[in-house]
Amino acid sequence: MIIRNVRILGGEPADIRIEDGVIAEIAPRIEGEAAIDGGGAIVLPGLVDLHTHLREPGREDAETVQTGTQSAARGGYTAVHAMANTSPVADTAGVVEQVWRLGREFAHCDVQPVGAVTVGLEGRQLAELGAMADSAARVRVFSDDGRCVDDAVLMRRALEYVKAFDGVIAQHAQEPRLTGGAQMNEGVVSGRLGLTGWPAVAEEAIIARDCLLAAHVGSRLHVCHVSTAGSVEILRWAKSKGWNITAEVTPHHLLLTDDLVEDSPVGAYNPIYKVNPPLRTRADVEALRAALADGTIDIVATDHAPHPVEDKETEWSAAAMGMVGLETALSVVQEAMVDTGLLDWAGVAERMSIVPARIGRLSGHGQPIEVGVPANLTLYDPSVRTEVDPSAFASKSRNTPYEGMTLPGRVVATFLRGKPTVLEGKLV
Amino acid sequence: MNRHLISAGDLGKDDALLILDTAEELARVSERSIKKLPTLRGRTVVNLFFEDSTRTRISFEAAAKRLSADVINFSAKGSSVSKGESLKDTALTLEAMGADAVVIRHGASGAPHRLANWVHGSVVNAGDGTHEHPTQALLDAFSMRRRLGGLDGRKVTIVGDVLHSRVARSNVLLLATLGADVTLVAPPTLLPVSIDTWPCAVSYDLDAVLPKSDVVMMLRVQKERMNAAYFPSEREYSRRYGLDRDRFAKMPDEAIVMHPGPMNRGMEIAAEVADSPRSTIVEQVANGVTIRMAVLYLLLGGETS
Amino acid sequence: MVSSAVSDSSTSDSSPDQTPLSRAVLESPDIHRALTRIAHEILERTKGADGVVLLGIPTRGATLARRLGDRIERFEGVKIPVGSIDITMYRDDLRLRPARPLGHTELPPDGIDGRIVVLVDDVLYSGRTVRAALDALNDLGRPTAVQLATLVDRGHRELPIRADYVGKNLPTAKSEKVKVYLQETDGRDAVLLMKEDAK
Repeated sequence: MIIRNVRILGGEPADIRIEDGVIAEIAPRIEGEAAIDGGGAIVLPGLVDLHTHLREPGREDAETVQTGTQSAARGGYTAVHAMANTSPVADTAGVVEQVWRLGREFAHCDVQPVGAVTVGLEGRQLAELGAMADSAARVRVFSDDGRCVDDAVLMRRALEYVKAFDGVIAQHAQEPRLTGGAQMNEGVVSGRLGLTGWPAVAEEAIIARDCLLAAHVGSRLHVCHVSTAGSVEILRWAKSKGWNITAEVTPHHLLLTDDLVEDSPVGAYNPIYKVNPPLRTRADVEALRAALADGTIDIVATDHAPHPVEDKETEWSAAAMGMVGLETALSVVQEAMVDTGLLDWAGVAERMSIVPARIGRLSGHGQPIEVGVPANLTLYDPSVRTEVDPSAFASKSRNTPYEGMTLPGRVVATFLRGKPTVLEGKLV
Repeated sequence: MNRHLISAGDLGKDDALLILDTAEELARVSERSIKKLPTLRGRTVVNLFFEDSTRTRISFEAAAKRLSADVINFSAKGSSVSKGESLKDTALTLEAMGADAVVIRHGASGAPHRLANWVHGSVVNAGDGTHEHPTQALLDAFSMRRRLGGLDGRKVTIVGDVLHSRVARSNVLLLATLGADVTLVAPPTLLPVSIDTWPCAVSYDLDAVLPKSDVVMMLRVQKERMNAAYFPSEREYSRRYGLDRDRFAKMPDEAIVMHPGPMNRGMEIAAEVADSPRSTIVEQVANGVTIRMAVLYLLLGGETS
Repeated sequence: MVSSAVSDSSTSDSSPDQTPLSRAVLESPDIHRALTRIAHEILERTKGADGVVLLGIPTRGATLARRLGDRIERFEGVKIPVGSIDITMYRDDLRLRPARPLGHTELPPDGIDGRIVVLVDDVLYSGRTVRAALDALNDLGRPTAVQLATLVDRGHRELPIRADYVGKNLPTAKSEKVKVYLQETDGRDAVLLMKEDAK
């Protein structure tokens, strides 16, 4: 199969020939039949998400492995890491293998399960990390995401223990005592709205502690969804020491601010903007963009968190936290990072494919687009602008904060090992 | 005026003065032998109370009834709401009943904003979480105006748990609109971190502020706050921020004392201060009915879309 | 929002400049004479205004009531109680317009029970204002009798109501407007008749 007229990382137009799921030839012009016209679209290595909530097992009303990976494919993703906070929790080899098998059977992209750090995400006892690593699912990323491993001793042990199988602890940095009942970023808006504040320091204190712990035991640490300017400063300092620390930022923290809770087209107190960690201020957004550009923050991860309508059509404090993000991630990154001149497409490929695959130790993904590598590819047209229409999402849930917003770009096609999962923007 | 009354911040100066002036006229109705006006005949006002607040509910009920509206009291306790019915479903039920106005008291900040998305009638905020209580601020302003004349340039000191107080939020916004100078006094733990962006001054020293105050409004302090380390003990709070007889003596002779109720006598306010002739606490209750009549009249007394 | 205070037959905006579309039907001396005559008629009909209370309907009716009270005092040396009665909350057309600001109700200290109440308004037209005033009166007390005085009766009654004292009967078309200006509120005394499309 030949993909014609595409621009690799936004470069000169070229054709790509794929054979047996592998890139066989790249040339300005390749003769042959069975071609897909790329129409000058940009080609990126298939995107890899290190932070996806697929909700299966347990909350199939919000998302399933099938719908979640359809959503991923439409967003240009060829692999996702499925977070462990399912029901039952993915804290045993049995559950991670179940998710892994669901992925093999129903998925529209590769599904790599994440294992829980502690039993039941309860922060008391380590889960059987080794058994999950040795299982068919080959788990390398462990996270209690949604909850913080706040016990310093437990965190230290987890960081040390996963060294045996090259694992990484992905920490949800949220000091629980400082965020009891917290509803939104603590600042001007929370004070006016009378919503319990979620101070930046609750995130920053845990990140600082974890960086010191990781350095002390010589382990790898990954920081989930960094959201504050203070966190960026701590990470910059920790990385300057040469410590083995990586960090992610979500698309929504690169674009949205806490003002939306008070003043937005969908009305004040609309829980569509309720998310963990909360939307922060304009200064935080600027700091996060700069950090993603200069490498202090390594990757973009969606924290795709589907919720059914009834969990969002409530008063603010009763609503679930989270936003869907797979189908809008690339557009938001273009808006926040590319169109602002902070990143080029090679930089986007690094941060949304190559480095996430490296952190997750995921083979076959996140490789440069060259002859001999698996043909995991995303075709993206950055020239169009469209209004976000949640009813067109492949995800089962519609809790997007971008409804009605006009965002740039469109995923034209996605290829998983040479097979299209999306063509002309539609699922295959 | 807007269709709803959800935040005191929604009221411009003209709107606020119109409510106060209307209340001034309506106050006379309470002095008549027939305390009823036919104005809202055929209108339905629903009191939707998710929190117990008998005082506020009967105040709204009396106001609506004096204007001849039909009143439906919908207490969330023991109803379908406590069995898990969502606010939205409750709203749709009220909508089907043809509610022209919904007076809502809710424990969640912002619940009235959400309700306004789902009903056609006017939404009146009767207290939402730790956000606002605009009719309380209006009745406070009304009480102050009746005692002091105008509010322009008057020095109002609000003392207590500002962080969790919907009364404080609404009062700061309304009093700023009406031209009063507000000073908040509280232990730093009970002030929002962003307090410097509010249209008021802040002090930690009650004794320094009292001699310059025309009005001192004491807020209720919940004893449970002690457990969350907002202050060490009742005794210490009372000593530093309570209005006792000695502090009362430091106030100017004409200055008045207010409290939105219910009071913790002996904690934030001494009994003899609460019962002094310079305390407006009892008239605040009477003025509550009057101001709510004015609000209901102005929201429902004309054409409605 | 709330509209400005405008009764159904008179307004206080714009100055009473004569235009081809509006003409003065009463000038200042006419108004003075009419009020003087009404004052005498009240004295006559009530046998010295004993037990009479004058209640004006805001805004201009209240002004006229005060003028009538002053005249009666001048003629007979008796001070009769004067007050005002706002009828806004009793109107039958509340739902046709945004909520209106309230006028002022001020009853004399001794009230109206057992008195002869003379309602005073500037223009009598449909009769609906007077109907509302009778309802309002009913909630305020029990007079022995209620009478009605008006500066102008322009006809077109929609209810079985008539005035006991009329300053001037003014034949009008329904499409016309009658505007009353009084010194106290408008800076001059005049009654204008205006064509419908007059400003």
